[in-house]
Amino acid sequence: MGAQLRVYRQKIKSAQTTKKITRAMELISASRIQKAQARVAASEPYSTAITRAVSAVASYSNVAHVLTTEPERIDRAAIVIFTSDRGLAGAFNSQVLREAEELTELLKSQGKSVEYFLVGRKSVGYFNFRHRAFERSWIGGTDNPDFDTAKEIADAVLEAFLRDASDGGVDEIHIVYNRFVSRITQVPVVTRLLPLEVVESDEAPPASSTKHEVFPLYEFEPDAETVLDGLLPVYIESRIYNAMLQSSAAKHAATQKAMKSASDNADKLITDYTRLANNARQSEITQQISEIVGGADALSSAK
Amino acid sequence: MASLNVSVVSADQQVWSGEATMVVARTVEGEIGILPGHEPMLAILAGGEVRVTLPGGEKITANAEDGFLSVQANAVQVVASRAELV
Repeated sequence: MGAQLRVYRQKIKSAQTTKKITRAMELISASRIQKAQARVAASEPYSTAITRAVSAVASYSNVAHVLTTEPERIDRAAIVIFTSDRGLAGAFNSQVLREAEELTELLKSQGKSVEYFLVGRKSVGYFNFRHRAFERSWIGGTDNPDFDTAKEIADAVLEAFLRDASDGGVDEIHIVYNRFVSRITQVPVVTRLLPLEVVESDEAPPASSTKHEVFPLYEFEPDAETVLDGLLPVYIESRIYNAMLQSSAAKHAATQKAMKSASDNADKLITDYTRLANNARQSEITQQISEIVGGADALSSAK
Repeated sequence: MASLNVSVVSADQQVWSGEATMVVARTVEGEIGILPGHEPMLAILAGGEVRVTLPGGEKITANAEDGFLSVQANAVQVVASRAELV
Protein backbone atom coordinates (compact mmCIF):
# COMPACT_ATOMS: atom_id res chain seq x y z
CA MET A 1 0.00 0.00 0.00
CA GLY A 2 1.24 3.43 -0.89
CA ALA A 3 2.17 5.82 1.87
CA GLN A 4 -0.36 8.37 0.73
CA LEU A 5 -3.19 5.88 0.70
CA ARG A 6 -2.37 4.82 4.25
CA VAL A 7 -2.50 8.42 5.46
CA TYR A 8 -5.95 8.88 3.93
CA ARG A 9 -7.21 5.66 5.49
CA GLN A 10 -6.01 6.85 8.90
CA LYS A 11 -7.79 10.16 8.47
CA ILE A 12 -11.00 8.44 7.48
CA LYS A 13 -10.81 6.21 10.52
CA SER A 14 -10.27 9.12 12.90
CA ALA A 15 -13.16 11.07 11.36
CA GLN A 16 -15.37 8.01 11.79
CA THR A 17 -14.44 7.68 15.45
CA THR A 18 -15.09 11.36 16.07
CA LYS A 19 -18.41 11.07 14.34
CA LYS A 20 -19.46 8.21 16.58
CA ILE A 21 -18.75 10.33 19.64
CA THR A 22 -20.45 13.47 18.37
CA ARG A 23 -23.46 11.47 17.21
CA ALA A 24 -23.79 9.94 20.67
CA MET A 25 -23.54 13.36 22.31
CA GLU A 26 -26.15 14.69 19.92
CA LEU A 27 -28.58 11.96 20.88
CA ILE A 28 -27.92 12.44 24.58
CA SER A 29 -28.61 16.16 24.47
CA ALA A 30 -31.66 15.60 22.29
CA SER A 31 -33.19 13.49 25.03
CA ARG A 32 -32.09 15.97 27.69
CA ILE A 33 -33.74 18.89 25.93
CA GLN A 34 -37.08 17.20 26.35
CA LYS A 35 -36.51 16.73 30.05
CA ALA A 36 -35.29 20.29 30.47
CA GLN A 37 -38.24 21.63 28.53
CA ALA A 38 -40.60 19.60 30.66
CA ARG A 39 -39.05 21.12 33.76
CA VAL A 40 -39.49 24.61 32.37
CA ALA A 41 -43.13 23.80 31.67
CA ALA A 42 -43.60 22.23 35.11
CA SER A 43 -42.31 25.32 36.88
CA GLU A 44 -44.67 27.57 34.97
CA PRO A 45 -47.71 27.31 37.28
CA TYR A 46 -45.50 28.48 40.14
CA SER A 47 -44.08 31.50 38.38
CA THR A 48 -47.47 32.44 36.94
CA ALA A 49 -49.07 32.24 40.36
CA ILE A 50 -46.38 34.37 41.94
CA THR A 51 -46.40 36.92 39.16
CA ARG A 52 -50.17 37.26 39.43
CA ALA A 53 -50.00 37.64 43.17
CA VAL A 54 -47.25 40.25 42.99
CA SER A 55 -49.16 42.20 40.35
CA ALA A 56 -52.27 42.01 42.49
CA VAL A 57 -50.55 43.40 45.55
CA ALA A 58 -48.68 46.00 43.59
CA SER A 59 -51.76 47.28 41.78
CA TYR A 60 -53.96 47.42 44.87
CA SER A 61 -51.68 48.97 47.36
CA ASN A 62 -49.35 51.91 47.22
CA VAL A 63 -46.89 50.34 49.54
CA ALA A 64 -43.39 51.46 48.78
CA HIS A 65 -41.08 48.53 49.11
CA VAL A 66 -37.32 48.61 49.29
CA LEU A 67 -37.07 46.17 46.40
CA THR A 68 -39.22 48.27 44.09
CA THR A 69 -37.95 51.75 44.82
CA GLU A 70 -35.35 53.19 42.56
CA PRO A 71 -32.35 54.42 44.54
CA GLU A 72 -31.51 58.08 44.02
CA ARG A 73 -28.02 57.36 42.85
CA ILE A 74 -26.76 54.10 41.50
CA ASP A 75 -23.06 53.64 42.10
CA ARG A 76 -22.66 49.94 42.06
CA ALA A 77 -24.33 47.36 39.89
CA ALA A 78 -24.13 43.60 39.90
CA ILE A 79 -24.47 41.21 37.01
CA VAL A 80 -25.51 37.61 37.45
CA ILE A 81 -24.21 35.55 34.54
CA PHE A 82 -25.72 32.15 33.80
CA THR A 83 -23.40 29.93 31.78
CA SER A 84 -23.04 26.18 31.63
CA ASP A 85 -20.58 23.89 33.36
CA ARG A 86 -19.45 22.25 30.17
CA GLY A 87 -18.53 23.44 26.74
CA LEU A 88 -19.10 21.82 23.35
CA ALA A 89 -22.19 23.93 22.95
CA GLY A 90 -21.27 26.21 20.11
CA ALA A 91 -21.68 29.89 20.87
CA PHE A 92 -23.81 29.22 23.95
CA ASN A 93 -21.35 30.45 26.57
CA SER A 94 -19.53 33.00 24.49
CA GLN A 95 -22.68 34.81 23.48
CA VAL A 96 -23.83 35.15 27.05
CA LEU A 97 -20.39 36.33 28.15
CA ARG A 98 -20.29 38.80 25.28
CA GLU A 99 -23.65 40.22 26.32
CA ALA A 100 -22.35 40.53 29.86
CA GLU A 101 -19.28 42.38 28.61
CA GLU A 102 -21.42 44.77 26.62
CA LEU A 103 -23.60 45.40 29.64
CA THR A 104 -20.48 46.02 31.71
CA GLU A 105 -19.28 48.59 29.19
CA LEU A 106 -22.65 50.30 29.30
CA LEU A 107 -22.79 50.39 33.08
CA LYS A 108 -19.23 51.63 33.33
CA SER A 109 -19.95 54.39 30.85
CA GLN A 110 -22.72 55.47 33.23
CA GLY A 111 -20.17 55.71 36.00
CA LYS A 112 -21.19 52.58 37.86
CA SER A 113 -18.83 49.97 39.15
CA VAL A 114 -19.74 46.41 38.38
CA GLU A 115 -19.68 43.25 40.44
CA TYR A 116 -20.28 39.75 39.24
CA PHE A 117 -22.14 36.71 40.42
CA LEU A 118 -21.27 33.73 38.29
CA VAL A 119 -23.22 30.57 37.67
CA GLY A 120 -21.54 27.75 35.79
CA ARG A 121 -17.95 26.62 35.48
CA LYS A 122 -17.47 28.27 32.11
CA SER A 123 -17.99 31.80 33.38
CA VAL A 124 -15.73 31.14 36.35
CA GLY A 125 -13.05 29.88 33.97
CA TYR A 126 -13.48 32.97 31.83
CA PHE A 127 -13.00 35.28 34.79
CA ASN A 128 -10.13 33.35 36.33
CA PHE A 129 -8.26 33.26 33.05
CA ARG A 130 -8.48 37.05 32.83
CA HIS A 131 -7.65 37.49 36.52
CA ARG A 132 -10.85 39.35 37.11
CA ALA A 133 -12.55 39.44 40.46
CA PHE A 134 -16.04 38.21 41.11
CA GLU A 135 -18.21 38.28 44.18
CA ARG A 136 -19.49 34.71 44.31
CA SER A 137 -19.84 31.73 42.07
CA TRP A 138 -21.89 28.58 41.85
CA ILE A 139 -20.42 25.61 40.06
CA GLY A 140 -22.06 22.36 39.13
CA GLY A 141 -25.66 21.47 38.60
CA THR A 142 -26.34 23.73 35.64
CA ASP A 143 -27.37 20.69 33.63
CA ASN A 144 -30.07 19.95 36.10
CA PRO A 145 -30.77 23.04 38.19
CA ASP A 146 -32.48 22.56 41.52
CA PHE A 147 -34.53 25.08 43.41
CA ASP A 148 -32.17 25.13 46.37
CA THR A 149 -29.39 26.61 44.27
CA ALA A 150 -31.81 29.18 42.88
CA LYS A 151 -32.78 30.08 46.43
CA GLU A 152 -29.14 30.37 47.43
CA ILE A 153 -28.41 32.67 44.50
CA ALA A 154 -31.49 34.75 45.25
CA ASP A 155 -30.50 35.04 48.90
CA ALA A 156 -26.97 36.13 48.03
CA VAL A 157 -28.21 38.64 45.48
CA LEU A 158 -30.85 40.06 47.79
CA GLU A 159 -28.37 40.31 50.60
CA ALA A 160 -26.01 42.30 48.37
CA PHE A 161 -28.89 44.48 47.24
CA LEU A 162 -30.06 45.26 50.74
CA ARG A 163 -26.60 46.11 52.00
CA ASP A 164 -25.53 49.73 51.82
CA ALA A 165 -23.49 50.68 48.79
CA SER A 166 -20.80 52.05 51.08
CA ASP A 167 -20.71 48.68 52.77
CA GLY A 168 -20.04 46.76 49.59
CA GLY A 169 -23.66 46.37 48.58
CA VAL A 170 -25.07 47.02 45.14
CA ASP A 171 -27.87 49.28 43.94
CA GLU A 172 -29.09 47.35 40.96
CA ILE A 173 -28.90 43.82 39.72
CA HIS A 174 -28.96 42.53 36.17
CA ILE A 175 -29.20 38.98 34.96
CA VAL A 176 -27.80 37.61 31.72
CA TYR A 177 -28.87 34.18 30.51
CA ASN A 178 -29.73 32.22 27.40
CA ARG A 179 -33.41 31.87 26.76
CA PHE A 180 -34.65 28.71 25.12
CA VAL A 181 -36.74 29.81 22.14
CA SER A 182 -36.70 26.64 20.14
CA ARG A 183 -34.37 23.75 19.47
CA ILE A 184 -32.69 25.90 16.87
CA THR A 185 -32.72 29.30 18.50
CA GLN A 186 -31.40 30.34 21.87
CA VAL A 187 -31.29 34.02 22.57
CA PRO A 188 -29.17 35.69 25.21
CA VAL A 189 -31.38 37.83 27.40
CA VAL A 190 -30.32 40.76 29.55
CA THR A 191 -32.80 42.00 32.13
CA ARG A 192 -32.68 44.11 35.20
CA LEU A 193 -33.85 42.05 38.12
CA LEU A 194 -33.69 44.64 40.87
CA PRO A 195 -35.06 47.16 41.60
CA LEU A 196 -38.21 45.71 40.09
CA GLU A 197 -39.71 47.95 37.48
CA VAL A 198 -42.64 46.13 35.97
CA VAL A 199 -44.21 43.44 38.03
CA GLU A 200 -46.02 41.95 35.10
CA SER A 201 -45.20 38.67 33.51
CA ASP A 202 -43.36 38.79 30.23
CA GLU A 203 -45.00 35.54 29.30
CA ALA A 204 -48.44 35.54 27.80
CA PRO A 205 -51.02 34.96 30.51
CA PRO A 206 -52.69 31.55 30.30
CA ALA A 207 -55.97 31.56 28.43
CA SER A 208 -57.99 30.76 31.53
CA SER A 209 -56.90 33.87 33.35
CA THR A 210 -57.84 36.36 30.64
CA LYS A 211 -61.36 36.71 31.95
CA HIS A 212 -60.02 38.02 35.24
CA GLU A 213 -58.07 40.84 33.67
CA VAL A 214 -58.96 43.18 36.49
CA PHE A 215 -57.76 42.01 39.86
CA PRO A 216 -60.44 41.83 42.51
CA LEU A 217 -60.05 43.72 45.72
CA TYR A 218 -57.97 41.35 47.78
CA GLU A 219 -58.04 40.95 51.48
CA PHE A 220 -54.49 40.74 52.71
CA GLU A 221 -53.40 38.70 55.62
CA PRO A 222 -51.76 39.96 57.78
CA ASP A 223 -51.53 43.18 55.70
CA ALA A 224 -50.47 44.32 52.25
CA GLU A 225 -47.02 45.32 53.38
CA THR A 226 -46.17 42.00 54.96
CA VAL A 227 -47.60 40.10 52.03
CA LEU A 228 -45.47 42.10 49.62
CA ASP A 229 -42.51 41.59 51.92
CA GLY A 230 -43.01 37.87 51.69
CA LEU A 231 -43.85 37.76 48.02
CA LEU A 232 -41.08 39.79 46.44
CA PRO A 233 -38.15 37.62 47.52
CA VAL A 234 -40.10 34.59 46.34
CA TYR A 235 -40.69 36.34 43.05
CA ILE A 236 -36.96 36.98 42.69
CA GLU A 237 -36.28 33.33 43.47
CA SER A 238 -38.70 32.18 40.85
CA ARG A 239 -37.19 34.52 38.26
CA ILE A 240 -33.73 33.16 38.98
CA TYR A 241 -34.97 29.58 38.95
CA ASN A 242 -36.64 30.26 35.63
CA ALA A 243 -33.42 31.73 34.24
CA MET A 244 -31.55 28.60 35.33
CA LEU A 245 -34.07 26.26 33.76
CA GLN A 246 -34.14 28.26 30.54
CA SER A 247 -30.40 28.31 30.44
CA SER A 248 -30.15 24.56 30.93
CA ALA A 249 -32.71 23.83 28.22
CA ALA A 250 -30.89 26.24 25.91
CA LYS A 251 -27.57 24.59 26.72
CA HIS A 252 -28.83 21.16 25.73
CA ALA A 253 -30.31 22.57 22.54
CA ALA A 254 -27.05 24.36 21.73
CA THR A 255 -25.09 21.18 22.37
CA GLN A 256 -27.37 19.21 20.14
CA LYS A 257 -26.98 21.74 17.37
CA ALA A 258 -23.20 21.92 17.74
CA MET A 259 -22.87 18.13 17.81
CA LYS A 260 -25.16 17.78 14.83
CA SER A 261 -22.99 20.05 12.75
CA ALA A 262 -19.89 18.27 14.03
CA SER A 263 -21.34 14.95 12.86
CA ASP A 264 -22.25 16.48 9.52
CA ASN A 265 -18.74 17.86 9.15
CA ALA A 266 -17.29 14.46 9.97
CA ASP A 267 -19.52 12.96 7.28
CA LYS A 268 -18.22 15.48 4.80
CA LEU A 269 -14.62 14.78 5.77
CA ILE A 270 -15.17 11.05 5.38
CA THR A 271 -16.61 11.53 1.89
CA ASP A 272 -13.77 13.83 0.86
CA TYR A 273 -11.07 11.55 2.18
CA THR A 274 -12.71 8.48 0.64
CA ARG A 275 -12.59 10.21 -2.75
CA LEU A 276 -8.95 11.11 -2.26
CA ALA A 277 -8.12 7.60 -1.08
CA ASN A 278 -9.84 6.08 -4.14
CA ASN A 279 -7.95 8.46 -6.31
CA ALA A 280 -4.66 7.53 -4.67
CA ARG A 281 -5.42 3.83 -4.97
CA GLN A 282 -6.33 4.17 -8.63
CA SER A 283 -3.24 6.16 -9.50
CA GLU A 284 -1.15 3.58 -7.69
CA ILE A 285 -2.68 0.83 -9.82
CA THR A 286 -2.24 2.85 -12.97
CA GLN A 287 1.35 3.40 -12.12
CA GLN A 288 1.93 -0.28 -11.46
CA ILE A 289 0.31 -1.22 -14.80
CA SER A 290 2.36 1.26 -16.72
CA GLU A 291 5.48 -0.03 -14.97
CA ILE A 292 4.65 -3.62 -15.98
CA VAL A 293 3.77 -2.64 -19.53
CA GLY A 294 6.91 -0.55 -19.78
CA GLY A 295 8.98 -3.42 -18.41
CA ALA A 296 7.42 -5.93 -20.83
CA ASP A 297 7.98 -3.53 -23.69
CA ALA A 298 11.60 -3.10 -22.76
CA LEU A 299 12.08 -6.92 -22.53
CA SER A 300 10.44 -7.59 -25.92
CA SER A 301 12.33 -4.83 -27.71
CA ALA A 302 15.64 -6.10 -26.21
CA LYS A 303 15.23 -9.44 -27.98
CA MET B 1 -73.30 23.77 45.56
CA ALA B 2 -70.38 25.68 44.21
CA SER B 3 -67.04 24.09 44.74
CA LEU B 4 -63.53 25.36 44.99
CA ASN B 5 -60.98 24.94 42.28
CA VAL B 6 -57.84 24.14 44.19
CA SER B 7 -54.29 23.87 42.98
CA VAL B 8 -51.25 23.19 45.08
CA VAL B 9 -48.14 24.40 43.32
CA SER B 10 -44.50 24.01 44.27
CA ALA B 11 -41.46 25.56 42.63
CA ASP B 12 -40.81 22.74 40.24
CA GLN B 13 -44.23 21.29 39.58
CA GLN B 14 -47.93 21.38 40.13
CA VAL B 15 -48.44 19.08 43.08
CA TRP B 16 -52.18 18.66 42.99
CA SER B 17 -55.19 20.27 41.42
CA GLY B 18 -58.87 19.55 41.43
CA GLU B 19 -62.23 20.31 42.92
CA ALA B 20 -62.76 20.64 46.63
CA THR B 21 -65.40 21.75 49.08
CA MET B 22 -63.11 23.16 51.71
CA VAL B 23 -59.51 24.13 52.21
CA VAL B 24 -57.89 24.61 55.59
CA ALA B 25 -54.48 26.21 55.73
CA ARG B 26 -52.27 27.75 58.33
CA THR B 27 -51.32 31.35 57.70
CA VAL B 28 -49.04 33.48 59.82
CA GLU B 29 -52.08 34.68 61.74
CA GLY B 30 -53.54 31.28 62.40
CA GLU B 31 -55.58 28.61 60.72
CA ILE B 32 -58.05 29.64 58.09
CA GLY B 33 -60.81 27.65 56.49
CA ILE B 34 -61.97 28.54 53.03
CA LEU B 35 -65.38 27.60 51.68
CA PRO B 36 -66.83 28.35 48.25
CA GLY B 37 -67.72 32.01 47.88
CA HIS B 38 -64.86 33.24 50.02
CA GLU B 39 -63.78 36.80 49.38
CA PRO B 40 -60.57 37.35 47.38
CA MET B 41 -57.63 36.98 49.66
CA LEU B 42 -53.87 36.81 49.71
CA ALA B 43 -52.22 35.37 52.77
CA ILE B 44 -48.74 34.36 53.76
CA LEU B 45 -48.55 30.75 54.83
CA ALA B 46 -46.81 29.59 57.91
CA GLY B 47 -45.16 26.23 57.34
CA GLY B 48 -47.53 23.41 57.96
CA GLU B 49 -50.36 21.34 56.68
CA VAL B 50 -52.88 22.32 54.10
CA ARG B 51 -55.98 20.15 54.31
CA VAL B 52 -58.23 19.87 51.31
CA THR B 53 -61.66 18.27 51.60
CA LEU B 54 -62.86 16.72 48.36
CA PRO B 55 -66.50 16.72 47.24
CA GLY B 56 -66.74 13.04 48.22
CA GLY B 57 -65.70 13.83 51.77
CA GLU B 58 -62.21 12.41 51.46
CA LYS B 59 -59.34 14.51 52.69
CA ILE B 60 -56.02 15.30 51.13
CA THR B 61 -53.20 16.69 53.17
CA ALA B 62 -50.27 18.56 51.73
CA ASN B 63 -47.23 19.98 53.42
CA ALA B 64 -46.50 23.48 52.27
CA GLU B 65 -43.51 25.44 53.35
CA ASP B 66 -42.63 29.01 52.75
CA GLY B 67 -45.38 30.22 50.49
CA PHE B 68 -48.69 31.95 50.16
CA LEU B 69 -52.33 31.32 49.58
CA SER B 70 -54.51 33.15 47.11
CA VAL B 71 -58.27 32.97 46.83
CA GLN B 72 -60.11 34.53 43.96
CA ALA B 73 -63.48 33.68 42.44
CA ASN B 74 -63.55 30.22 43.99
CA ALA B 75 -60.08 29.46 42.76
CA VAL B 76 -57.66 28.65 45.54
CA GLN B 77 -53.95 28.50 44.93
CA VAL B 78 -51.54 27.23 47.50
CA VAL B 79 -48.13 28.27 46.29
CA ALA B 80 -45.03 27.18 48.13
CA SER B 81 -41.41 26.70 47.20
CA ARG B 82 -41.68 23.26 48.71
CA ALA B 83 -44.95 21.43 48.73
CA GLU B 84 -45.79 17.77 48.79
CA LEU B 85 -48.73 15.54 49.38
CA VAL B 86 -48.68 13.50 52.52
